[in-house]
Amino acid sequence: MSLLDVQGLSTDFVSRDFGNRVRTANALNSVSFSIDRGEILGLVGETGAGKSLTAQTICGLLRPPARQVAGQVTFDGKNISAISDAELNKLRGKDIALVVQNPLTSLDPLSRVGDQLIRVHRAHNTVSVTAARERALEMLEAVGIPAPAERALAWPHELSGGMAQRVLIAMALMNQPKLLIADEPTTGLDVTVQAQILDLLTSLVNQLNMGAMIITHDLGVVAHYCQRIAVMYAGGIVETGSVKDIFAHPAHPYTQNLIAATPERLALGTAGQLGGAAPDLYNLPSGCHHRDRCRHSTDLCQTTPPNIELGASHSARCHFAKQFVEATDG
Amino acid sequence: MAEQNDKSSAVLDVQNLVKQFPVGKSKNVVNAINDVSFSIQAGETLGMVGESGSGKSTIARTVLRLTEPTSGQVRFRGTDLSTLSMKQIRPLRSDMQMVFQDPWSSLNPRMRIRQLIAEPLLLHERLSKSERLDRTEALAKRVHLSTELLNRFPSDLSGGQLQRVCIARAIATNPKLIILDEPTSSLDLSVRAGILELLEEIKQQTLAALLFISHDLGTVRLISDRIVVLYLGRIVEQAPAEALFEHPVHPYSQSLLSAHLPADPTAIVTRHILQGEVPSPINLPTGCAFHTRCPVMLDSCKKAVPALAEVDGEIPRQAACSRIADGRNWLNPEDAK
Repeated sequence: MSLLDVQGLSTDFVSRDFGNRVRTANALNSVSFSIDRGEILGLVGETGAGKSLTAQTICGLLRPPARQVAGQVTFDGKNISAISDAELNKLRGKDIALVVQNPLTSLDPLSRVGDQLIRVHRAHNTVSVTAARERALEMLEAVGIPAPAERALAWPHELSGGMAQRVLIAMALMNQPKLLIADEPTTGLDVTVQAQILDLLTSLVNQLNMGAMIITHDLGVVAHYCQRIAVMYAGGIVETGSVKDIFAHPAHPYTQNLIAATPERLALGTAGQLGGAAPDLYNLPSGCHHRDRCRHSTDLCQTTPPNIELGASHSARCHFAKQFVEATDG
Repeated sequence: MAEQNDKSSAVLDVQNLVKQFPVGKSKNVVNAINDVSFSIQAGETLGMVGESGSGKSTIARTVLRLTEPTSGQVRFRGTDLSTLSMKQIRPLRSDMQMVFQDPWSSLNPRMRIRQLIAEPLLLHERLSKSERLDRTEALAKRVHLSTELLNRFPSDLSGGQLQRVCIARAIATNPKLIILDEPTSSLDLSVRAGILELLEEIKQQTLAALLFISHDLGTVRLISDRIVVLYLGRIVEQAPAEALFEHPVHPYSQSLLSAHLPADPTAIVTRHILQGEVPSPINLPTGCAFHTRCPVMLDSCKKAVPALAEVDGEIPRQAACSRIADGRNWLNPEDAK
């Protein structure tokens, strides 16, 4: 049984326009995936594809106008999309930890770093402040912060971006979570710091047998630190599979374009095949959401594509997935 | 690009540039740029990489004299910019342009795209209104921006489209030098690819000199002819792009480039992890600034600053490391072959 199993998750943004008519943006459209223990899943896609929203929906952190309209999230055998907020609060920060984007703005500016870690620990465990402080210093050291006792007394504004990111990861790990969701954990950090943080994450996943999901748009990170990828487009997962399979045999045209757009594969001066705007979530095209941007689209694409299995754990939502995969073999 | 070491033909020639920022009322200074020299030829792209705080953006701003240098020379097409008054520099500004990282905050939100693109023409060229409108539309087409967007406001455009507007503004006056400070960092992968293709196209059409600053190593490798690596405001290595990535010689470059993750799961990555943090630019270490973290450091490295010297080999490259002479500069001994 997987640690986290997400089935048919759909989230809408419901708002009213100037004429007071209800407008609905289909931000997540039947997202399904699973994460096993000891595995890192990379969730990739462009801005607005719904990566962060997926994380928020899983954690039950949606605020109006966003609303989960369908789907089920099963965590550790328990359906968590049906439980009360009070019960969810017992899980969040303890068994499920979320590292949000923008490290410097997600720490409480009015309390010292160490106190924030202690607070998180004491919210879920009945321990003394001294014991919690010890644990906090331990975690700060584990994430590679030099002189943790001094750093614990620092205010968030005194930290650099890389430091703040490490503090957030330390905070997420305070209660030994079973699942860690990291939203763009290294965006905006230097490559050297990025490598340190991802190494740390990998070793923790292996040591503690956690499951982890890294949300990113850096395919380099995915290629070297994740075991599986889920590619999102317009609020849906268009392709999932092992990192090896997807980089070698991308089936969905969107995945193919994404991989072709990495600097390593880009040949400047050759005719580009990219471009096109992301579809309007208020008015998604029927059938395949990618068909307006797709070079291969035919009349068949006006019908919703099935999720085609292409091998062990590799599947893609495209009518022609099988043909495209065969084409990459040549 | 052909490597011409003829300084006089360089579009931009920077010599011994130093910039120190005062710290409060104390006598301390932040040593942002320490004795940096480089030059860029017409039609050449120079990539500049380094961690945050290494002085990349300060160099860009000082070259354009948006920040006053403490000392050193900046020669732009033979004219020393550092001695000119602001009034004398102004006419030269049309020949040197800059594109910033964040297109959302670098465009006036209350001007239409048409006005934004026409603005540099209005400032620097004497054109009739109809000529200006024609040029504006031509510029929009050159950056592959639909002319329907010209009547919109910046808030209606996506990040990639806005960055195209910024590039259109930068090339409006046919500059000889374009400085790009992290132009693709805030953009999505597929959008980034489009902008990079556009920059390559513009470089070939205009033969402008490009200074491309980024901490995205993959992008820099793709677009640059030559790359300089900065550490604490000093150039530690300078080499053609491919040569640098294939075989960096300075220990810091080796470590920095080893942290680069190519988007290919089959690529083998051998990492060199440095101990410690980047020292404060207020109290620079004596001697080689990298000696506090360098695995192959000698006692002599603490005393004298190594000069940026030519490295023997087929390709022109310079590095500032005293261990290169005895061949002990490699972090991974197998590289020495």
